[in-house]
Order: sequence, then C-alpha cells, then structure tokens
Amino acid sequence: MTTETTHKRRERIDRGIKVRSESLYALNSFEEIAYLLTPRVMLIAAFVLMPLILSPWPYWGRVGLSVCILAMLSISFDFLANYVGLVSLGGAFFYGVGGYMAAVLNTELGLPPILSIPVATLLGAAFCTLALLPCLPLRGIYFAIVTLMYPLLMTRIIEAFDILGGTEGFRGIDGFSGFFTEQYGLILAMFIALFGLRRFVNMDGGLVIRAVKDNDQSVRASGISVTWTKAKAVFLASLTGCFAGAYYIHMYSNVGISSFALDLSIMPIAATIIGGAGTLVGPVLGAAILVPLSEFLRDFGSLRIVVYALVLTGFVVFRSEGLMNYMTRKYQQVERWVKI
Amino acid sequence: MSTHHTKEPILEIRSLSKHFGGVKAVDDVSLTVNRGDVVGIIGPNGSGKTTLINCITGFLKPTKGTVSFHGKEITGKKPHKIADMGINRTFQIMRPYYSMPAYKNLVIPLSSPRAKRVGGWRGGGKHGDRDTVAVDILEELGFERDSRVPYKMAGTLPTGYLKRLELGRCLALRPELIICDEVFSGLSASEISSLVPLIEKLNGQGITMIMIEHRLAELFRVANRVMALSYGEKVTEGAPDEVINHPKVREAYLGSEEDF
Repeated sequence: MTTETTHKRRERIDRGIKVRSESLYALNSFEEIAYLLTPRVMLIAAFVLMPLILSPWPYWGRVGLSVCILAMLSISFDFLANYVGLVSLGGAFFYGVGGYMAAVLNTELGLPPILSIPVATLLGAAFCTLALLPCLPLRGIYFAIVTLMYPLLMTRIIEAFDILGGTEGFRGIDGFSGFFTEQYGLILAMFIALFGLRRFVNMDGGLVIRAVKDNDQSVRASGISVTWTKAKAVFLASLTGCFAGAYYIHMYSNVGISSFALDLSIMPIAATIIGGAGTLVGPVLGAAILVPLSEFLRDFGSLRIVVYALVLTGFVVFRSEGLMNYMTRKYQQVERWVKI
Repeated sequence: MSTHHTKEPILEIRSLSKHFGGVKAVDDVSLTVNRGDVVGIIGPNGSGKTTLINCITGFLKPTKGTVSFHGKEITGKKPHKIADMGINRTFQIMRPYYSMPAYKNLVIPLSSPRAKRVGGWRGGGKHGDRDTVAVDILEELGFERDSRVPYKMAGTLPTGYLKRLELGRCLALRPELIICDEVFSGLSASEISSLVPLIEKLNGQGITMIMIEHRLAELFRVANRVMALSYGEKVTEGAPDEVINHPKVREAYLGSEEDF
C-alpha cells in the first residue's frame, strides 16, 4: 500500500497573529505574544543596556546620548512630516530655544536641572508654537523654507543685539549628578516621546491630526479648526525638540549660538530617511547608525563628509523605504515548517 | 415630503454675489430655505451652483450680499465655524481620508467640538466608543455591518460608498442643514434609487436639505422647491413642475427654439 510520508509546507507566522492582535480576540499563546513583543523588547533592551556597557568609556557614553538627542529631533521631524504633513526644517529652532531657555532658567533663576529641563521644555514648546503659528497655513516646501529661517533669525538676533550672552553664550550651567543619572534620564525621555507619540497617532486625537494631512478641507467641513489642530501637533513636536536641547546643554554645561546650527535641522531628515519615514521608530534606528558613523569617520578628516554622503546616497538608492519598513516587511515574512 | 405647518426660515441668502475678476460666478442670488425643506438647485455646468454653496459654507468669501442662519449673519465666517453651527456639506468630488478605513473616516467628525457638544452619541464618545458609533452611522447609510465594507480603506471603496461616506460625515455632526453637492452624480440608476429613500428618511428626521443636482427626475422625487441658476443668475424658483416648464429653464438645458 502507500508509504507513510509526512509532507511539510512553509507557512507565514504573522497572519493569524495579525488578525487576532488587531481585533478583540486575545492572543492565545506565549509564542504569539513573544512574536509581537520581540522587536520592542530588543529596542528597549539595547538602550537600557547601553549605559552599562559603555560606562568604562565616558566618551562613548556621550556618543550614545547624542544618538538619543538626534533620535528625539528625528522623531519630532518624522511626526510633523509624515503624520501632520508639515515638512519642518525647524529642528534647530526647537533645539536652540529649549537649550537657551534651560540656560537662562538655570544660570539666572538658579533652577536645578530637574526643574529647568521640564520648565524649559514646556515654555520653549509654547514659544516655538506661537512663533510658527503664522506659518501654519503654509504647506510642503513653503513651510520648510520658513521654518528654516527661524534658527538663522535667532542666531542673527542674538549676535546683533548681544543678548543672551551674545556670541559667547552661557557657561557654567549645572551638570548632572552622575553618569547613570545623565544616561537614563535621557533614555527614559526618548522612550516616552517615542512610545507616547506612537500611541497618540492611533488615538482619536491623533487620527484628527492625520486627517489634516489626508484632506484638510474635509476636516474643516467636520467643524474642526485645521490651524488649531496643526498648532497642537507643532506643540507636541516642539516639546520633543525643546527637551533634547534643554537636556543637551546641561550635559555639556554651556550653550552658544551653535545650538541653532543648520546640522540640527538637516541630520533629523537624514536619520528619518535611513530609518524609515512614517514609523517613528525608524528615526531612532537612523540616529543609532548616523551618530556612531560620524564618530568613526572623524579619522578621515575632510573626507568624512564624502563617506557620509555616500552612505546616505546608498540608502536612498538601495533602501529608499528605510530600514524600519524593510525590516518590518522581512519580519512579517518569517515562515515556519508545518506538517500537512 | 413632509408637510409644513409653520414656515420658519432657517437659511436666508440675500443678494449674494461672487465675482472672480470679471467673471460673475454668482450674481445677486437670493433664496430662503425653511425648516424641513428639501430645496433643489439646478442649472447647467458652470452656472454657479457649487460657488453658491461654497459661499454659504464659508469655503469662499462672497463679494457682496449676506447669508443668515437662524436670523444670525454668518457671511464670511470660517468653514469650521459654519460647520460647527450645523450647516454641513458634502463635496462634489468626494473628499474621504483615503489612508484610513471607512469607519475611521467618521471618527474625525465624531471627535469635533460640535459632535461632543450636541452629539449625544452613546458611550459619550470616549476612545474606542467612537468606532462603534461610526459603524452605527455607516450601517444606517447602507454599509452592511457584518460585511468587511466598513473596515476597508476608504481609498478602495467604490463611488457609491464614498458618496454615502460624505453623507456620513454630515450625519456624525448631527446637522440641522445638509447641503449635498451632486450626491447622485456618477452613480448607477439602482444606486440612486437606494439613495433616494435615505434622503427622504433624513428629511423625515427633521434635517433640512439643499441639493445640487443634474439628475432632475430623482431630484424632483425628493425636492419640494427648486431654484434654477444660469450664468450665475437666478432664473426662477418654485415647485418642481413649474420650474421645469419655465421657458428660460428649458432654454438653458435644451437650447433656445431658434437653435433647432
């Protein structure tokens, strides 16, 4: 008669999980929960372990923190560009305003970092939102150009009127009490920004913000003010950016007009392109590649920017969707053998 | 059509004009809409119908004239303020949120200040509840609840459903006046015949309607009054049969006798 043979075929493991995790049905095994949680846990674990691994080398510890700083600016860019439809080159503006605000609060009013950072974040974000309010009806490249003017304008104002320390800036700003306080404070804030925004964009309030990007006329016809909605989104983005600035100046104990440097507006775009636009996690990955890369390339001297440009071009040409989108796709295509 | 015992004016348009440079898109048009009315606006292409409703809903600022709602002037107010007062419109070219599922499209209007204030939707509109309310509204509009249609991306829906989605956005706002910009156009005869009872039902619930239409036969089934426009000017206004037999309307639609 027939011989007993076991046939096997390959099966994707995400399909069933996807259906169950998007509806009311609870996941029904540890395997499925593990499948969903692994990427998140890996990201969190990497950043939680980073200070422990880098503690013998304080210099590289600082590089790790620069990753978080750039990651926060990039999250802010990604949120505005891909969820609200405002392509902002104002990263440096958020960052600089947060930085100067914290410097003034700390040196003039004597607030310790634990107070000056959150207060500077809130006041700075309010200031940035008010400053950008007149530009909110603009779209695309026009909004980008106007937001690019703001950091340049701030630099000129500070130089010309010799206010806020002029070209010297502020020195002697309080630092953090220790290596691990400094490290984990920033890592925690980055996770709050990342997971907070990721959750927010899927809530009803976040949906309204995304609707503005999709079709602002329909939002108006729904009795919702588009300008007000955009202002709220800009406030959220500037919170993230101002925090990065405020935190950074406490790390290095000084602030100057370099806080409004153009790099801080451009680098987040590069990180978002490499990491994957519209994912919010992608920019974090992008920052984790770009910052160490630029450190390693220091030895190349002036050739650094060439290598840097080649890496960027490579990503744009070969992985234009960005790392995160690519990896998500591959992860969802993981297959297993099942008996039939 | 419901009968009207009291004629309470809800929307009054007085000598409204909208000029684009030298072009008089709408020229000195006056119209009074009473509570419970279904008013049809007809006219050939380019006769200023859509411009007129853009002026009413605030998407355009009229050059001259006034619009009042419940006796209060609303001329030149911002679109979202007018929508917030209960004048809600559909767009001729449908404007869904293509990247969202159909039911999420209605979560946007359900999150608006007006829906929170006068909605009275069940569940109080907390997060997640709006999803169920949205599916309720879609079901009322003919999206089969148990099918996958309400959960499909709006970008993949056929025209008929998108037209209903436009109406859904209005309904989510608990409107007093719905202005439909050609809801029947682009639909098959059978799709239209399923929409007509829906319009009658909404009107029966006390919602006043203004309908811009080219499909006159279907419009005349629901409208109790019709205004005809030609080259931005009001030609005539009255009961449907009077309007369609008006010589100038026949001329505008069919051309004058001399042309034959």
